[in-house]
Amino acid sequence: MSVIRLLLWSLGGILLGGIVHLTSVLVLPRTATQDAYSRLEPLTPVNTVAALPVPSPDQTLLPFMDPAFAVAVCRYDLADAPLKLTTPVGQAYTSLTFYTRFGIAYYAINDRAAGRRTIELELMTADQRSRLPEDEEVTAADRLIVESPTLTGLVVLRALSPEPSFMPVARGILAAAQCRPNPQQ
Amino acid sequence: MRLVFGSLFAFVVAAVVGLGATWLALSRGVAFGGVTIGAWTAWPKTGTSEIDPYARAVVAQTGRLPIGSGDGVAFFAQTDDRGRMFDGRCDVVVNGTTPPARFWTLTLYDRSGSLVANSINRYGFTSQEIVRRADGTFEIVIAPRARPGNWLPTGGVERYVLVLRLYDTPVGVASRTGREAPMPAVLAGACP
Repeated sequence: MSVIRLLLWSLGGILLGGIVHLTSVLVLPRTATQDAYSRLEPLTPVNTVAALPVPSPDQTLLPFMDPAFAVAVCRYDLADAPLKLTTPVGQAYTSLTFYTRFGIAYYAINDRAAGRRTIELELMTADQRSRLPEDEEVTAADRLIVESPTLTGLVVLRALSPEPSFMPVARGILAAAQCRPNPQQ
Repeated sequence: MRLVFGSLFAFVVAAVVGLGATWLALSRGVAFGGVTIGAWTAWPKTGTSEIDPYARAVVAQTGRLPIGSGDGVAFFAQTDDRGRMFDGRCDVVVNGTTPPARFWTLTLYDRSGSLVANSINRYGFTSQEIVRRADGTFEIVIAPRARPGNWLPTGGVERYVLVLRLYDTPVGVASRTGREAPMPAVLAGACP
């Protein structure tokens, strides 16, 4: 009798465990204290491009970073205004990747896809985009507008150094990149 | 009283099973939608908004920033083509060609994603640096001691991970086979 009871309680516990498992997986991104955003927060001022140190064996700011790239980050907060981003394009390869506050890469573009000598785009929330004046929508064809699903997040700028000696050049390209609030009239 | 003990017992079972499964899933790196070609596996959806909840949890917990799908795709390998774990005290040869891409890089990490210290400060190769044969194929020897040609030092670590990243490439979520994406062969060799 008590064995059956124990088995039933265990079965109930296992079923409940399934719910605990799914809930913990879903909740974890919101409670993580060592995610990329939290690690970068003390090093990067908000709404400004900040260069990250080149990864080395004794310095792993973020795991699995590609050491062939110069990397800079614009940690953004769109609460006050949309952002305008400009990045010159190098000889080799330059890309911009947009991450939400929780590290989800929701958009990425490279120099060739941007098709110009500088990558120029505007970052805003869906709400800010809907408030764009009508006549501006007409000219929006040659404006690159990226919609952020979260109010805060990271734009990661990467410039390839095809050989180690090109690293200063790659870092120079990113040093000329800009990210600044672009208030709506 | 029985009810109290019973439900307490059930809660303990639930916590152990639930959190244990979460811990296992995250430490083993459970992720769905992987594309495996030879020794290499990529998770192209991890670089999009459609990333699955397990990969999302791993990303948040480890602090990594997955490569965006508009940027490129990253293939990971921990074993050679026959399933033998990489051992930094032995030789591993990466041989062949890579899928079409404007640039690619091959990097060696320890299992936590840090670079591995070595005498020549080389942590990987880019497609521009590699010495190729006349037909465009290449061979990279990953070994603890110096080799002629493309030598990638292991620093003597026991376990490591190779990451082959393709930048500006048609390879992605839709790629399934080695014909669409010819990955280089990986073979473990001599072990002193």
